[in-house]
Amino acid sequence: MIIGIPKETLSGENRVASAPTAVVSLLKLGFEVKIQKGCGTKASFTDQEFIDAGANIAVKKDVWQSDIIFKVNPPTLDEIVAMKEGAYLVGFIAPAQNEDILAALKDKKITTLAMEMVPRMTRSQSMDALSSMANIAGYRAVIEATHQFGRFLTGQITAAGKMPPAKVMIIGAGVAGLAAIGTASSLGAIVRAFDTRPEVKEQIESMGAEFLELDYEEPEDTGSGDGYAKEMSKAFIDAEMALFAEQAKDVDIIITTAMIPGKPAPKLITTAMVESMKTGSIIVDLAAAGGGNCELTQAGKVVNENGVKIIGYTDLVSRLPNQASQLYANNLVSLAKLLCKEKDGMIKIDFDDVVIRNMTVVKANEITFPPPAIKVSAAPVKPKTEAVKAPEVKVKAPMSPVKKYSLMAAGALLFAWVASVAPADFLSHFTVFVLACVIGYNVVWNVSHSLHTPLMSVTNAISGIIIVGAILQVGNSNPLIQVLAGVAILIATINIVGGFVVTKRMLKMFRK
Amino acid sequence: MEFSQGLISAAYIIAALLFIFSLSGLSKQQTAETGNWYGIVGMAIALIATIADPRVDNVWIILVTMVIGAIIGLQLAKKVEMTQMPELVAILHSFVGLAAVLVGFNSYFEMDHSLMATFTDSQQMAVNIHLVEVFLGVFIGSVTFTGSIVAFGKLRGVINSAALMLPQRHKLNLLAGVISAILLVTFVQQGGGDNTLYIMAFIALVFGWHLVASIGGADMPVVVSMLNSYSGWAAAAAGFMLNNDLLIVTGALVGSSGAILSYIMCKAMNRSFISVIAGGFGTNVVIDTDTDYGDHVEIGAESVADMLNGAKSVIIAPGYGMAVAQAQYPVYEMTQALKAKGIDVRFAIHPVAGRLPGHMNVLLAEAKVPYDIVLGMDEINDDFAKTDVVLVIGANDTVNPAAAEDPTSPIAGMPVLEVWHAKNVIVFKRSMNTGYAGVQNPLFFKDNTQMLFGDAKDSVEKIFKAL
Repeated sequence: MIIGIPKETLSGENRVASAPTAVVSLLKLGFEVKIQKGCGTKASFTDQEFIDAGANIAVKKDVWQSDIIFKVNPPTLDEIVAMKEGAYLVGFIAPAQNEDILAALKDKKITTLAMEMVPRMTRSQSMDALSSMANIAGYRAVIEATHQFGRFLTGQITAAGKMPPAKVMIIGAGVAGLAAIGTASSLGAIVRAFDTRPEVKEQIESMGAEFLELDYEEPEDTGSGDGYAKEMSKAFIDAEMALFAEQAKDVDIIITTAMIPGKPAPKLITTAMVESMKTGSIIVDLAAAGGGNCELTQAGKVVNENGVKIIGYTDLVSRLPNQASQLYANNLVSLAKLLCKEKDGMIKIDFDDVVIRNMTVVKANEITFPPPAIKVSAAPVKPKTEAVKAPEVKVKAPMSPVKKYSLMAAGALLFAWVASVAPADFLSHFTVFVLACVIGYNVVWNVSHSLHTPLMSVTNAISGIIIVGAILQVGNSNPLIQVLAGVAILIATINIVGGFVVTKRMLKMFRK
Repeated sequence: MEFSQGLISAAYIIAALLFIFSLSGLSKQQTAETGNWYGIVGMAIALIATIADPRVDNVWIILVTMVIGAIIGLQLAKKVEMTQMPELVAILHSFVGLAAVLVGFNSYFEMDHSLMATFTDSQQMAVNIHLVEVFLGVFIGSVTFTGSIVAFGKLRGVINSAALMLPQRHKLNLLAGVISAILLVTFVQQGGGDNTLYIMAFIALVFGWHLVASIGGADMPVVVSMLNSYSGWAAAAAGFMLNNDLLIVTGALVGSSGAILSYIMCKAMNRSFISVIAGGFGTNVVIDTDTDYGDHVEIGAESVADMLNGAKSVIIAPGYGMAVAQAQYPVYEMTQALKAKGIDVRFAIHPVAGRLPGHMNVLLAEAKVPYDIVLGMDEINDDFAKTDVVLVIGANDTVNPAAAEDPTSPIAGMPVLEVWHAKNVIVFKRSMNTGYAGVQNPLFFKDNTQMLFGDAKDSVEKIFKAL
């Protein structure tokens, strides 16, 4: 089948739905690839690079007539008209917002897979374009903020004076938020981050930020089971807003990433908070396209409100077009691998596969959106793990004191009986034995782990001391005893010499 | 030259002290070589004193056999590869076991059985105790002997390293123990009996063989240290038989040392000693192949080299696979190249990595890796989060996050190297097969993990070239 890569027509879009390396992978799967002339120019891919990778260059009309279309943005109605009936389409569709597009696709029997519908599962991570794009957006958000911010992010002490580090607050620790944390902290800023899901605390801290904790605790689980945060209760939001109001006075840069799928973005930064911020502060609103997390955000613009700049760019990803295209293209290649398991250049829509089921919004002449709910997040399995743990703990419980002491008493009685009937000679040997055990115990505990092998070979050598017994026996007049003792001497000597020499060899190798 | 009894006792006391110093010297790298010398000197003193004992006859037999033994021992020790250390240690244990059996038999044959009837009560008691000592000495010695031979065979690959699963194996072990106990009672009551002793020795030999045969390859560090302990107890039992304090002290030292090592190994695997000895680890586990772990990502040697060049800190976590591939030398070359670029390189050693306690340390030492950059699990586990790249070379179960994250996993609760906290993890592996425990490793499917397939030695050499 032929995969067509048209040029993106949305204004401000610099990305393209493929890259030369991705073309190579698609060809390996048995597909042909048709590229619209000049489609990669804005993403710094030349037509020649695509030709070298094995793609054909075609005019717009031909490309749209391909069997499969890979796109970044949703198609326009005109573009759908240009498509072949019964073809396939893959791209960001925003199915909840674009009912008319779905209807048009259905009328032309175009089976459509929406990239934003990739479920958040381990298996489908390699095609999760929202995450790969969010990573870029998070990075770029910090770069845009730094560009507008009239100061260093890192603290410096110079001959001309001391400059404190900038303080950055990041709201929402999804992929974009974590990428922003990483970027900001590597630029030297003090980073604080907030998320409604307490389980991301560890991830936030691992990226080098401080997790802002809320005193209020939500009675229910805050994850929604699909890997995204869900909407919170009123009381929680009040506590959250109080925290933001307090932080707004202190921080220099706020980056907000809070989005709830299919709903307008929650308003987290009020006008009053913006007014309380220091002059020269920056807010970057990654949710601008969904209405913005800040009341003053204007999508696609930078607003200057009393010296506080609010950046509402919606094309952050498109500002890194080359790598964004590359990553998106790789996501599509992973999807193509899933659709074409036979590597024969044909694709198969298998509704038994939850990933494919979830992504398919139009199948031939039927709209299949919204898909049935699937649960993918691992968090709610908790109760089960506790149940499993319980019996284990019981086994490990220390011996009850009664049992322990009665065992000790029994041991002492047994020993007393042996001592009362045994000759004095035996007892003196036994004393030596017990004391030696205690000494051995104390000495060996101090041996460092790295020396366990030498310890073993030395103890091996010295346990060859059994030779002493054999030497004492070899003088016996019984020839059988002589032979057995001789063999014992022989092998014990091998042990002694071998053990000591090999230890010496090993210890020579340890050096600082 | 013949020594008086007093002089001999003094020599034995000095030898025993030197053995204790020897073990305490081994506690630190700086004093370890001195410790070994203490042991050698102690052994020499003990041997000279014994040979000079007026009771000893046939000195020429002793000297000739000792010279032959010394030559064989030297050859063994000089030729052994450091990767084969576990095998050497195991076979040497079997020698101690066999010697203990022989000494036990001799001690029994030396007894004068004709005088039995005329003994007074206290003499009778002394004989009984002596018989118990003989019996126990032969028993422990036999178990050590066959057990060590099986361990040697498994380590060398002559015997299949998978756990032998006889039906009712726990009952078989129990039966062997019960029969031996009954035989002990009859043996003492009869005032000795050749046949009883032979039967018991045979049972003990089979018991020792079965004991180790039913323990899986992954538990070898525990087995080897356990046999180390047994060989000590066998020597101690011989000491009781012969009324020789030096043997008792040395045997007790070795026995407790081996016991502690076994305990440490068991703790490192979060398993009870009993469950290791009872055997069968990882065999009655249902391997959950249905779980969807996602895809693993492959990487090439050049990309790893690029990643290493861009890193500030690197930790290498080696496992038995590194020993098998003999990759320790190229690993060290690579380490030096990285250090020359100012990159901080350290090694993380899991307590049960390899087939012998401390096996990895010895291998790295052989490749001249300085010991101050080789760290134990507890020392380094917190540092993974601050590390750019972790290279997992031939390790699997010891870096398995399932142990920490999945309470249903067969290795749940075993402390592991938490490599997955690092920014990037590169796993060197020959294939996607599971480790010794037969447990799938979710590490391979983590986002920050990439797999470098192929022979560890070749891979490391390629990376070294690309650096």
